[in-house]
Amino acid sequence: MSTLTLNKITAQKGISVADATRKCADLGWNPSYVQEAMTYPSDYKITKAPRDPMKQVLRSYFSMQEEKDNRVYGALDAALRGDMFRNVEPRWVEWMKLFLAIIPFPEISAARSMAMVSRLAPGEDLRTGFTMQMVDEFRHSTIQMNLKKWYMENYIDPAGFDITEEAFGKCYATTIGRQFGEGFITGDAMTSACMYLTVVAETAFTNTLFVAMPSEAARNGDYALPTVFLSVQSDESRHIGNGHSLMMAALKEPENHLLIERDMKYAFWQNHAIVDAAIGTFIEYGTTDRDKNKESYAEMWHRWVYEDYYRTYMLPMEKYGIKIHHDDVTLAWERITKKNYVHKVGQFFAVGWPVNFWRIEAQTEKDFEWFEHKYPGWYAEFGDFWKWYAKLSKPGQKVITFNEEVGYVYPHRCWSCLVPCLIREDMVVDTIDGQLHTFAHEIDRWTAVEAFADEYQGRPTPAMGRFSGKREWETLYDGVDLADAIVDLNFVRSDGKTLIPQPHLRFDDKDMWTLDHVRGHTLGSPLNALRGMDEATRKAHLADYAKGFTINPCN
Amino acid sequence: MVATSSSVGSGAAGAAIFADSESRRYRYFEPRAKRATHYEDVTVDVQPDPERYLIQDWIISFPDGRGAYEKNSTKAQSSNWHAFRAPDQEWERTHYQRQSRIEVMVQAVIANGRKSGAQLAFDAAWGKTLQKHLGAWKHAEFGLGCALMQAQRGGYTQMINNATLTNSSYKLRLSQDITLYLAEIGMDIAGWDDEAGKTAWLEDPMWQGTREAVETIMGTEDYLEQYFAINLVFEPLVGELFRSGFLMQFGAANNDFMTPSVIAAAEGDYERNLANAIDLIWLLANDEKFGAANRTLFQSWVKKHGALADKAARQLQPIWSKPHSKPISFEEARAVSEERFAKILGEVSLSR
Repeated sequence: MSTLTLNKITAQKGISVADATRKCADLGWNPSYVQEAMTYPSDYKITKAPRDPMKQVLRSYFSMQEEKDNRVYGALDAALRGDMFRNVEPRWVEWMKLFLAIIPFPEISAARSMAMVSRLAPGEDLRTGFTMQMVDEFRHSTIQMNLKKWYMENYIDPAGFDITEEAFGKCYATTIGRQFGEGFITGDAMTSACMYLTVVAETAFTNTLFVAMPSEAARNGDYALPTVFLSVQSDESRHIGNGHSLMMAALKEPENHLLIERDMKYAFWQNHAIVDAAIGTFIEYGTTDRDKNKESYAEMWHRWVYEDYYRTYMLPMEKYGIKIHHDDVTLAWERITKKNYVHKVGQFFAVGWPVNFWRIEAQTEKDFEWFEHKYPGWYAEFGDFWKWYAKLSKPGQKVITFNEEVGYVYPHRCWSCLVPCLIREDMVVDTIDGQLHTFAHEIDRWTAVEAFADEYQGRPTPAMGRFSGKREWETLYDGVDLADAIVDLNFVRSDGKTLIPQPHLRFDDKDMWTLDHVRGHTLGSPLNALRGMDEATRKAHLADYAKGFTINPCN
Repeated sequence: MVATSSSVGSGAAGAAIFADSESRRYRYFEPRAKRATHYEDVTVDVQPDPERYLIQDWIISFPDGRGAYEKNSTKAQSSNWHAFRAPDQEWERTHYQRQSRIEVMVQAVIANGRKSGAQLAFDAAWGKTLQKHLGAWKHAEFGLGCALMQAQRGGYTQMINNATLTNSSYKLRLSQDITLYLAEIGMDIAGWDDEAGKTAWLEDPMWQGTREAVETIMGTEDYLEQYFAINLVFEPLVGELFRSGFLMQFGAANNDFMTPSVIAAAEGDYERNLANAIDLIWLLANDEKFGAANRTLFQSWVKKHGALADKAARQLQPIWSKPHSKPISFEEARAVSEERFAKILGEVSLSR
């Protein structure tokens, strides 16, 4: 005999999920009085209606999200009750000043980009998906701002969190994040809002952003970040579905294939250059946990990007006739494993500490051992640099950025990804509109010169975006005293003299650098200098740059 | 366990005193009141621009040179686009809480109503009216939601775009609520035709004025014109006229307590969206430098969209005579709508 339950007594036939989805998709129609404007055009032509892979309607979406929110905010309350901040590692939280300054803008840009993709294809099957993504991204942006506010209120040193969005617009490091966020919303609507955002950034790289990085946070006593970001990541599968569905609709038109190939190449390389630079540094250099059994960033990259994305997402595209840029994936992997890309970025951020808005602590012997274990040869290349960094972390020492004793040579900036040209032998130069530019790699040159142009391989691409603005950050303060630049950046604490950035984690005024400690050094623009050289000097300079530099022994 | 990387063995606030160790408020924007609200903290300046902090200017541009966000995405002008704060103070948590509660309420109304057989007690003519005309109306709400999804890309600040985004979310939720409500009660009513609404929307002369007004808003490139036309013109003249002036008024008189409950949420949505829109338009209409030009522009939008909304409203008039029980006339509902419209325009120094 079956058991009688309340559910069985009260159950009534409802509409099936499939029916609900179909009926909601049928809300759209083809306008006949006034046509919708293509405010954000694309060079892609999509005639086939994309299909909704998720089959969810807003009725269930909102309550699901509210429940997720309740768990997040409950966890934040619990973290305070459990005195999380007493045990949290400042080395880690300091990097969150950079990360959380960057990420809310790309997130809200992704919400805005739903306006751009929603009119690209016929039909309204994906409208609910786009709506959910739009509201999701609004969620991500404001939940991350809330997390940052929470850190500011509860962490030992709130300076840097307190100027966060201003700092985002000004810092020499956040400019990399701007390239990421503006890439979602500017230029060809399909390139930016589908291929760059959903097909590559969300599908390939959010796992390193929102899964790998939170794991490291937890190892450093910060269980707030994992709570927020794993909740954020749980929304990403919907977005990945949107991107895949729209791209599959675009694939039906052979004339789109060239553009898909271009955009997958551009988006993959630039996501690699930007995300690996930032997240790789946070994970490898922001941690105090040197357990040799844990995965390095390189190992995580292999799992999430190589295995999950390249092998199971990109490769199957070949059966649709899309040429996959296998070599670029290998190149990115080799940049991380053989050419020390992440370590060079970590080193660059440290060299530039006075124009940051967070603290960077020196790596120590314990860190050296782990790095050498995970990246054989690391100590020979970077050990002395970090010893110099520790030595020069005391106020009164000559700031490392300008200290010739160290041997570091300030790098050129890549005009394409905005990360400096740190793998020096790979730097290339080219001209755009008669102006010389530097690029971190040949693929960066290709991106700026060939992909972001009004024609691609003989095909007109009038909707494609352009790189613009004062892209080399160093140009802004060319010839300006370091102290004056820091004042202009507003990276000074409210006593009017103590710097927000510090090259250490000593929380005592007597150990803090002030404007007086950094005055007397003039910032310069490597690009302006290069442009000002005669041809022979420039050629010699570039050859010398390609040879790299040697850090002097630090005793 | 202690924080090994801290010189004082702790990462907690107050563990050490040094310069700015108590700087625990965002200090890069001026709050509207003495202290920033939570909404301001999580919203203001998240979308930066070259005037506020982007010292490198926009670093990617459209092929015609436009940056990611430009002031001329609307014809309206402002001395300070950053001044606006949405009166509803909506951020993600409050948005989900409100939307979720509405969905729970709507589903409870439908489930309980169906359990008690409420839909079978509908006056027969009323059932037909819902099938056809509420069925048509869901497309209007959907079209407005889509227009707002488009508009939330265009504003110069985060505050404007987020208010537009939540407005879009409310409209699209309502369009789906109506869709699923009709589909579910239709399962219990013999001969129910769930396609009748869309057919009416596309073909019935009563709905063509509304469709033209909605399509005009959807086809407008100026994001602020879309936001203005929806909240300050279409909603009072057509939206509230049909929702409050017809569905809410006629439901009970025709043995229907479910429809007014489902629709009531939309009236609550509109009060919030209207407050946001009026606040923004008021700022622009009273801008020290551009107020006069903006009022002229807004007046032209009132004229353009008001004419379309008037036409739409007049064409809807026959619907008021369809149900058996007619608690108010079209003219009475229209008078309320006109009064509401005049009051809204008066708030922002505009007129018919």
